[in-house]
Amino acid sequence: MAINLEVPKKHRQLIDQAHQVAMNMLRPISRKYDIAEHEYPKELDMLAAMIDGLAESGASEGAGAAGVRRDSSEDDGKVRNGSNLASVTSVAEMCWGDVGLLLSMPRQGLGNSAIASVANDEQLERFAGKWASMAITEPSFGSDSAAISTTAVLDGDEYVINGEKIFVTSGERSDCIVVWATLDKSLGRAAIKSFVVEKDTPGVKVERLEEKLGIRASDTAVITFTDARVPKENLLGSPEINVEQGFAGAMATFDNTRPLVAAMAVGCARAALDLTRDLLKEAGVEVDYDKPANLQSAAAARFLQLEADWEAGRLLTLQAAWMADNRKPNSLEASMAKAKAGRVGSDVTLSCVELCASVGYSETELLEKWARDSKILDIFEGTQQIQQLIIARRLLGLSSAELK
Amino acid sequence: MSLTSNLRPGGKHGVPTSARRDPIGILVAGLSKLAQSDLIDRVGLRKQTEQAVFTVTRSGFKTITQASRTFAKAGKKGKPGVRAAAAPSTGVFDLTPTEDEQMLVDVVGEFATEVVRPAAAEADAACAAPDALLKASLEIGLPILGLPEELGGVSEERSAMAGTLVAEALAKGDMGLAVASLAPGSVATAIGLWGTDAQQQTYLPAFTGDEVPAAALALNEPTVLFDVTSPATTATKAGDGYVLNGRKSQVARGSDAELFVVGASLDGKPVLFLVESSTEGLTIEGDPAMGVRAAGMTTLELKDVKVPADAVLGETDGSTYLECVRLSRLAWCALAVGTGQAVLDYVTPYVKEREAFGEPIANRQSVAFMVANIAIELQAMRLLTYRAAARAAAGKDFSKQVALARKLCADRGMQIGNDGVQLLGGHGYVKEHPVERWYRDLRAVGIMEGTVLV
Repeated sequence: MAINLEVPKKHRQLIDQAHQVAMNMLRPISRKYDIAEHEYPKELDMLAAMIDGLAESGASEGAGAAGVRRDSSEDDGKVRNGSNLASVTSVAEMCWGDVGLLLSMPRQGLGNSAIASVANDEQLERFAGKWASMAITEPSFGSDSAAISTTAVLDGDEYVINGEKIFVTSGERSDCIVVWATLDKSLGRAAIKSFVVEKDTPGVKVERLEEKLGIRASDTAVITFTDARVPKENLLGSPEINVEQGFAGAMATFDNTRPLVAAMAVGCARAALDLTRDLLKEAGVEVDYDKPANLQSAAAARFLQLEADWEAGRLLTLQAAWMADNRKPNSLEASMAKAKAGRVGSDVTLSCVELCASVGYSETELLEKWARDSKILDIFEGTQQIQQLIIARRLLGLSSAELK
Repeated sequence: MSLTSNLRPGGKHGVPTSARRDPIGILVAGLSKLAQSDLIDRVGLRKQTEQAVFTVTRSGFKTITQASRTFAKAGKKGKPGVRAAAAPSTGVFDLTPTEDEQMLVDVVGEFATEVVRPAAAEADAACAAPDALLKASLEIGLPILGLPEELGGVSEERSAMAGTLVAEALAKGDMGLAVASLAPGSVATAIGLWGTDAQQQTYLPAFTGDEVPAAALALNEPTVLFDVTSPATTATKAGDGYVLNGRKSQVARGSDAELFVVGASLDGKPVLFLVESSTEGLTIEGDPAMGVRAAGMTTLELKDVKVPADAVLGETDGSTYLECVRLSRLAWCALAVGTGQAVLDYVTPYVKEREAFGEPIANRQSVAFMVANIAIELQAMRLLTYRAAARAAAGKDFSKQVALARKLCADRGMQIGNDGVQLLGGHGYVKEHPVERWYRDLRAVGIMEGTVLV
């Protein structure tokens, strides 16, 4: 044991691969699918096949959505650099390529993360190879997940699901949807469960696709469920309504997915920093890391600040993933990473546009696109404000009734 | 000087040179002069203040009166000194300190809680660290922390990481006292890192013995927009040695120091020089600042100070100097993290106990989110600092990492100090609570160069 915050040697190859894919496969089609919103990026099928191949060969060690499961292998007291760390570093690398395309990666949806995190072995096997999207948000609520009004009623061996879900990422392209619904609204948060619903289930209908500020390569669907019947074995986790445990079970998924979203922000922001560094250099501005910032040009000083904040988001993300790998409770750190990386993502990408002036603002470069893409990362999987609430409640030991 | 220019207020008392007095202003200025004259004191109209001690006031330069010891020359000139090995790198991402580091942090942490924090307010006011505290800091081995075993120290390898953890733990007690107690060890560490055999044999026995000298790493200069990479203090070759001229500011415990490491430009390159306090031409003046006052900050003036050829510490191409600057910035980052943690630990229970409008102020998002942000930025500061420290210990290039850590610690550290006072409101502004001291101390982080290093 010794403090070391460098990316582990054993993940280097994986990260390099992801970088090559991002550079050679995602970047060339980045603008194309930003303009052609809702068009399916067919190039990704081949990429997904490659990723599956890598996963089977064991070479990837959990790149993508499969990587958030906490395996139960024995604890040998050694410090582990496992699949969580591998996931955040490779996801960041892919998002250096393109966030929208990463989100559109077949079989790497947020629903897959949920399944990988909480499904039992039988379910894992049954849903293997499926592309799963995640449906939580409804028209009447966003951050307040406990306000879910979509219902699931047990009828014989099946649950009958009714309701409307919005903001379903890859909602049209996925094979199935992990739907959050309540078994009994009067029992509050504890009654909220998630169900895997196959897309071809009668009563499931993609109503429309959203037109968005950014991540336009990723489809965002409105889906309605009208008496959609799913086998009761499709419920993820325990069917018991444990009022004591409350929402904890369902929310646990977020401890695993928040560092991934933080990693997306880290990757997207680095794309902007890398390009801006180049463009500033062409303009005659280079950062001197030893000379005091106030003695350099304002642009160099600004860049230094952006880089420092970016590094803060990155290291907080690595910390959260490292804790998950080493089975330390990390929901506080996961939220810290998401909060910092989320806001840094916006600040860095927007500032890079500003530093590069009309070159940054123009569609000729990708800087303006990254400034649009990054915004969602401070919103989904818990907004900046929700992360702060989580952090504050935990630090101050306050309940959600005390700190509203 | 003409009458009109005499009436101009600009250029002194912090008034910009462009300022002009109107008739009322001239009247007020006259009243002010009268109020400052000791006439009213002689007639007993004003309560006499205590006589200020040397370090609290700027009372003009004095020669160093501290009975300076003579460092008996020893060792072989020109022979390279003993160097600590780089810490081995496992290649595993890990946030766990080694067992030795953890033990050290536990001991220092207890010292910070039991001894440092209770002494902080008084030391801040007195601009001096209590002798007993400094003695105790010797007992826990602070001066030899950065020295390899062969030189009488405790570390088996390069100790930048351990030094960082220790500085953090101490500053959680108090930043000023942390600087006061780390300053001698910083000079010892510097000699361990860059000294020749002769320099190590001459100076280090004093630091590993019982009577550890006060010593100071003097890099700062009293210049607006100071650029540490090109000091205005000069070294010129003269005969076999060098002559130093210039002024160094924010020199910790300068009035007690027996040994200085001074940064100066030699042929256009920044170079470190070892200067014993008994050398002729050195004068010192108390220079208390906004914060870090317990460190007894002084300005050191060097006037035609002659030092021998072997006073040069390390390389003359600027590389040693630059590494010293980086390691010093790293130490200041660690201090910022420690003080930032003190703020977080203090405001957390406070906002839960303090009530307004019938409930704890912590129940308000505007208050709670400030606490959340302190925690987020503080942990980020810590991680950036640790990354730079671990790289330094492993002998890797850490110039960029330490620059990023310094930027974050300067910006966010100050924000934490500012928010700490704000969260306590009026109570934060008075000395009954320590947050106003932390506010003053945290301003130092983006400014300080030298003084301490890890």
